[in-house]
Amino acid sequence: MHDALVRAGRALRVALLIALAALFLIPFYLLLRNGLAREEDITAPDWTLFPTDLQWGNVSELFADTSVPMARALLNSSLIAVATTLGTLLLASLAGYGLARIPYRYANAVFYAILGTMMVPAAVTFVPTFVLVSTLGWISTLRGLIIPTLFSAFACFIFRQYFLGFPKELEDAARVDGLGYWRTYWRIVVPNSRPVFAAVGTIIFIGAWNAFLWPLVIGQDRDAWTVQVALSTFTTAQTINLHQLFIAAVVSILPLLVVFLLLQRYIVAGVERSGIDE
Amino acid sequence: MLLRKLLGPQNRNLWFWVFVGPFAIGLALFTYVPLAWSLYLSFFDAHNTVTPEDFVGLANYRTMLTDSAFQDSLLTFVVFTAVIVPATFALSLALALMVNRLRWMQAFFRSVFFLPVACSYVVAALVWKLSIFNGVRFGLANTVLGWFGSDQIAWLSTTDPPWYWLVIVTVRLWLQAGFYMILFLAGLQRIPKTLYEAAAVDGAREGWQVFRHITFPQLRATSVAVVLLLVINSFQAFDEFYNLLSSAKGYPPYARPPLVHLYILALGKEQNLGLGSAGAVILALIIGVATVAQARFFGLGRRED
Repeated sequence: MHDALVRAGRALRVALLIALAALFLIPFYLLLRNGLAREEDITAPDWTLFPTDLQWGNVSELFADTSVPMARALLNSSLIAVATTLGTLLLASLAGYGLARIPYRYANAVFYAILGTMMVPAAVTFVPTFVLVSTLGWISTLRGLIIPTLFSAFACFIFRQYFLGFPKELEDAARVDGLGYWRTYWRIVVPNSRPVFAAVGTIIFIGAWNAFLWPLVIGQDRDAWTVQVALSTFTTAQTINLHQLFIAAVVSILPLLVVFLLLQRYIVAGVERSGIDE
Repeated sequence: MLLRKLLGPQNRNLWFWVFVGPFAIGLALFTYVPLAWSLYLSFFDAHNTVTPEDFVGLANYRTMLTDSAFQDSLLTFVVFTAVIVPATFALSLALALMVNRLRWMQAFFRSVFFLPVACSYVVAALVWKLSIFNGVRFGLANTVLGWFGSDQIAWLSTTDPPWYWLVIVTVRLWLQAGFYMILFLAGLQRIPKTLYEAAAVDGAREGWQVFRHITFPQLRATSVAVVLLLVINSFQAFDEFYNLLSSAKGYPPYARPPLVHLYILALGKEQNLGLGSAGAVILALIIGVATVAQARFFGLGRRED
């Protein structure tokens, strides 16, 4: 009797999980269904599970349409995401290492000043930072879209915590060989820390690719639109071309899905590190 | 002598700043400088300018605090947080508990629930607004309602009852539940197996009792981190509100969280940077107080005593 109950409970749990998984996949299904359909398939009164003939031509139609700057937006997003990722990794890892390993009287004070900015959310800084960036004349430039986002206190914090636990023996050996801080860092520490760079890098890349508020505020000209701003502009427009918008959304998440599926274990590691409970 | 002292033993002070300097200067420039400037602007009548001359004292603050639209935005934030924080907490914990006990296909289910993390708020809002909760007949939700013979609902433009909350809450729930599920899974894996064995010896029944007396207390640190992150993130809400609700006609007068309100105020037609700055300073104070209160409530920082 008891065994039967346990087994029934387990079956129920698995059924619930399968139902939830299906529910979680519905938005991806809708993206593909609508992106590969004709306009009249989408607006038809009866629901079709999938359009009978898939419209792969929607992809070429999207890039051929000069009123939609999709190619340019993809280029902008790629440049911004790559530059933000590389720049953040360089700046934050150097700072994290210095804070963790170089004895300095005011190191703690500097660390708390950096941590403090994590408590200041975008709601508070975006108006003043916009003011600063427009004073610099960086509106609608790649500089304006990239540079202000390079200084991630979150990434610096993760690197510091990681380097605090880095085996000291490795560095001591390098020290004996006469290497200073700089060369020890590049020759010993970085090559032995690839997983943490991958973890932080993937998280930063996803964040940069999906960022919306800052690109919306700074990328005002059409030529400076990112993928997200372009999609948003058409989502909130008066007349909407549904199949084109959905195929554009599919194209916009493809790069991320590839990154996601290839590097998922690093992303998971990065997310786990962001639970600041240690 | 002085130089030697400044550089420190083995030039350590110099090297510290070589490593930390570029990051610290950049962070200061793009966080502390704008904050200070904002504080300055908040005392001026700054329409469309960042170098105002018309000093108005506390007038901007008075306007903001008595502005019913600003008060409404704070109320919107409170309502949103009161719903999204417990909902995400419960769903992500439930997902983690169920996935953690799977003996097969664990990686598959984990990936499925985690996958939305790769999706942007813009794309998700697009699917929610134009497909799932499209107010016309061919929207998915209305199609399903149609099967049961119900009337169509204009999900995003109905304020009575406020159906738009369902759209706003479910989109964020879908996007972020997987992220917090990963945090809970990591927390679950840190619980020593011996605790469960001891509980079994003591005769604790699998299920609710074990969860209440072992699993949940052991997840305390993770739970606190999850709640803090959820509250901070719901305060930052902008993307889904903006993309779900604004249209060619502009943004409707309801469902404006603080960030949307400031965006419209400071960067909309008026470009009222003085008023926007005052709003930012008020929000900063509220967040500061709320953060300290939360930290006290959860007893964070006690370990440092």
